[in-house]
Amino acid sequence: MKMLTFAKRTLKEILRDPLTLFFGLGFPGVLIVLLSVIQSNIPVPLFEIDKLAPAMIIFGLSFITLFSATIIAKDRESALLTRLYASPMSPLDFIFGYTLPLLPISLVQGVFCFAVGMLFGLECKVTILYATLMVIPLSLFFIALGLLFGSILSQKQVGGVCGALLTNLAAWFSGIWFDLDLVGGTFKKIAYALPFVHGVKIEQALYAGEFEAVAGHLLLVLGYAVVTFALASLLFLRQMRKG
Amino acid sequence: MMAINIQNLTKRYQDVVAVDHLSLSIAQGEFFSLLGINGAGKTTTIKMLSCLVKPDEGDAFLLGHSIRSAPAQVKALLGISPQETAIATNLTVKENLELMCGVHGFSKAKTAERIDAMVEEFRLRSILDKKAGKLSGGWQRRLSLAMALMTEPKILFLDEPTLGLDVIARSELWDVIRALKGKVTVILTTHYMEEAEALSDRIGIMKDGRLIASGTAEELKAQTNTTKFEDAFVAWVKGDTK
Repeated sequence: MKMLTFAKRTLKEILRDPLTLFFGLGFPGVLIVLLSVIQSNIPVPLFEIDKLAPAMIIFGLSFITLFSATIIAKDRESALLTRLYASPMSPLDFIFGYTLPLLPISLVQGVFCFAVGMLFGLECKVTILYATLMVIPLSLFFIALGLLFGSILSQKQVGGVCGALLTNLAAWFSGIWFDLDLVGGTFKKIAYALPFVHGVKIEQALYAGEFEAVAGHLLLVLGYAVVTFALASLLFLRQMRKG
Repeated sequence: MMAINIQNLTKRYQDVVAVDHLSLSIAQGEFFSLLGINGAGKTTTIKMLSCLVKPDEGDAFLLGHSIRSAPAQVKALLGISPQETAIATNLTVKENLELMCGVHGFSKAKTAERIDAMVEEFRLRSILDKKAGKLSGGWQRRLSLAMALMTEPKILFLDEPTLGLDVIARSELWDVIRALKGKVTVILTTHYMEEAEALSDRIGIMKDGRLIASGTAEELKAQTNTTKFEDAFVAWVKGDTK
């Protein structure tokens, strides 16, 4: 009950921020449109819609990190958390209260990316459902990352780290914008050590119906999610104890 | 039973002793003001009593519950209005009030009942559906105080509730705070001497983390041979007591 009340409040706070709607839904959609137009003029295999739309979901999830971190940093600065820390809410109520509302937002983001993709010729098939549902476990890593940054950074710092740095890192190391094989070497090794490209591979494989390719990538992303959640929870508890 | 019984409460931040062996008792229904210059230890005291930070030494009992061993019971008893306005800015006034009931696990019926009561008491009817972030500073503080009282706390901590407000908004908030006297035990921290003098049953003065004086405003003035309370406060803090 306490957790759901807090989750409901977090959802309202996020959805009532117009920037959320633009970056969360609009921006990945705009990019699909833009890259599809480029693709129609100068064909690039990477930007074929059956690759691009599932991949853009992962890029969109980096904005979920931004929302998650921003709301926590904002709460910490506003003294609202001081008030709520003095209420009977438990640390788990807070952590899940911040996490739960971002799951449906991530899901809607996934649906939106596929819907925009369909406008540009993406075939509507049952695998879209699987790829969309997969957004939920994949988003856990991005939400946890937001919880982590929101617990240690100010709102201004969150803008820089999550808004600029992370979205760029997610873009470069996900293989959405350019083929990682073209760069190769250390860059490719770093990219494959991070979860972003694996998220992209999962979404693309699920849409293509290549289910056997999913497990290895999924294990790595979920591993990142578990470790990030554990670290984020510790950091959140630490700042909670500081009062 | 005393509402608050503080025993040798101490908090250190690295080399700085923020609160130094503070001992104090406050009766049920009493309005107690805690004064001191910046860094005197007022806010740290409130934070320890609210179970927001753990004391390094000592303990405090709120209606018999220890802040060390029974923080959940303590939290269920208290309301807090922090130094800065503590509201959810993108939520409406009503949603902010509902939030407080929800995080305390109130039923829907109880929530509706409490909202009605607070709306009447704080005259919030006309702004009930307005976003909290769009309200003036005075109304935001009023809402912040209403949120602290939503759950009918037995003990209320007001940490500089009128800081930064204009004269009229401060006067209006005083009226609201004055109406609480006798109904709930209040600890108020403030920099406004006239606020403490006008509202308090007793006043404590802190300096360097220690309680250096406590009593009624009249007693504190008499002990320093002053006629104005502000002069008495300055005398206590400067050590010019006879």
